Amino acid sequence: MNKNNLILYSGILIFGLAAPFLFPAFKVQLSILCVLIVLATTWNIQGGEMGYNSFGNILFYGLGMYLCASVQVGMFFPLAEWTESGGEKTFVHTPTQFFQGMAVGLIVAAVVPTIVAGLIGYSILGLRGHYFAICTLGLGVAAGEISGGIEIIGAGQGFTTPPFPDVGSLEARGEFFYFLSFFTLILTFIAVRSIYSTRFKLILNAIRDNEDKAEAMGIETMKYKIIGWMISAFFCGLAGGIMGGLVGYIDSTDVAFDGREMGVFMVLMAILGGKGTLWGPVIGATIFHIFKEGFWTFFLGWQYVALGVLIVVIVIYFPEGIMGWLREKYPERFGEVVDEKDRKAQVELK
Amino acid sequence: MDFLVFQYPMITVQACLDGILLGVLFALIAYGMALQWGVMNIINIAQGDLVILGGYIAYFMYLYGIHPAWGVIVAPVIMYFVGIAIYKLVINKVVDRDLFISILATFGISILFMQLMNFAFGADVVLANSGYGTTMLFDSNVVLPNSKIFSAFISILFAACLVIYMKKSKLGRAIRATAQNARAAKILGVDTEKVYAATFGINAALCGVAGALISITFTIHPYMGLPYTIRSFMIVIVAGLGNLPGVAMSGMGLGVFEEFADYILGTEFRIGSVFLLLVLILVYRRFKLSRKREYLK
Repeated sequence: MNKNNLILYSGILIFGLAAPFLFPAFKVQLSILCVLIVLATTWNIQGGEMGYNSFGNILFYGLGMYLCASVQVGMFFPLAEWTESGGEKTFVHTPTQFFQGMAVGLIVAAVVPTIVAGLIGYSILGLRGHYFAICTLGLGVAAGEISGGIEIIGAGQGFTTPPFPDVGSLEARGEFFYFLSFFTLILTFIAVRSIYSTRFKLILNAIRDNEDKAEAMGIETMKYKIIGWMISAFFCGLAGGIMGGLVGYIDSTDVAFDGREMGVFMVLMAILGGKGTLWGPVIGATIFHIFKEGFWTFFLGWQYVALGVLIVVIVIYFPEGIMGWLREKYPERFGEVVDEKDRKAQVELK
Repeated sequence: MDFLVFQYPMITVQACLDGILLGVLFALIAYGMALQWGVMNIINIAQGDLVILGGYIAYFMYLYGIHPAWGVIVAPVIMYFVGIAIYKLVINKVVDRDLFISILATFGISILFMQLMNFAFGADVVLANSGYGTTMLFDSNVVLPNSKIFSAFISILFAACLVIYMKKSKLGRAIRATAQNARAAKILGVDTEKVYAATFGINAALCGVAGALISITFTIHPYMGLPYTIRSFMIVIVAGLGNLPGVAMSGMGLGVFEEFADYILGTEFRIGSVFLLLVLILVYRRFKLSRKREYLK
């Protein structure tokens, strides 16, 4: 890590830690931004690096959301009665119960989607290109429709997550969720960054560029594809769990398995920022979130029209994204960095 | 779980007949999808939304006192031009690009259409009442609305007309030539750009017919488009591109499957079961092909 990077990272870290106190009114927005960055970054692992464009990561997100809330309630109270009575009126979590439930819930919300990804990965990842895209689209929608028919998690009427307990301060809820999502973001970023500096990333890129050749070179592509998807699923589930607590209400098709919003957002953010780069999804998510909030506030009702137009415009005129554009424009600053050792080895080979 | 299906055979007959009549409609939409997929190599996620838009055209005729059955003629004409407009604005820029780009771009169009229809026509579930009455079969144990029979008949008529048109007309031949080899067709003087536009227009017109029929027989709603896209996609991958009898058969099969899923699992799982079926079919094909070390292309 060179000096510039160190300054950049510590600057972001300090800003992130101070943000809720500097902009107390935007705490919820900042937490959502963190979640969006996590989603875009993890989509990028298999969408950008591996070339498997999935519309179905929303499956893990929604699964994590339902699991986290169910565990949080189910640890202390009967789940069926909670959803039937509309939750919070009959049962109240004490602070200890709430935080214990949240901690266990988040672990479950991260682990179970990972296992699910591992289990379905072998079947689904054998599909390629657009078949994979449509299949995962089908998975996401099917999950939404089916969870909308299950009584114990609230069926069509939705599921209220446990309300934040009274811990003395009014600001506590926003701060708790902000720091939770911010630390998840840091965790994700560190994890993804360290993944990207290993051979694993090169294998993913090989799969993206030419899977048959990668296989012919002796790489067990299926194994790495599944691992890549599992990493995605882990962080997606975690983000979903946090988002469930943050929103406070889970609906099967409008909040959890919201393929029409969140499912497209994560693809769009990654493409806007630049697929297959480390910083692309982060930049893309930030710009997208600012744009979206502006639009959602000032043009209420027209947001989906704007979203549709935005998708078409980005996809047609800007498929390389911001990082791709920067790379082309300033290759010496943003281009692929070839390691000094690698270059020397190349020279020796010649 | 409801086992009425097994106890009363008449329900089975009812479900089968309903499913077949419904499946013919699906097959018509799938035919449009197969056409543009084969010719332009584009998967149009907005297919279902074009269907719903066609349905609204018929519904509006019904509101203004014209019999909605005339929508079968008006909707395709309007939708043809809508299709051409979409092609000129968006599709012609994604034709020879990566398939994922076209999926995402048409996904954007789908969201746009959904919301514009929601603004223009409201979020209510509507239907255009054709007033055709019903037909009773088997001692009035099986009830078939005449509108369903009408819609199945019209679908077959349109499909047959189109097949003949594709075989005989000059444009039809140009379309088939482009589907076989776009580059060779271009060398031999076919204006592929025009062919693509016409193909997309014909596809939209077919969607318009199907939509008008759906608004007569079933209900329409701005957000109901995606299931129709998925159904037609499923029918096409089961039947294969350019296999018309296959499209008809798998369309009917899907219709019957849906009716049974409706009876057995309950209406709330109907759409879910369609999407799950898609996943299962794809996974089944993948395992079948992987034995030969191939994959779906």
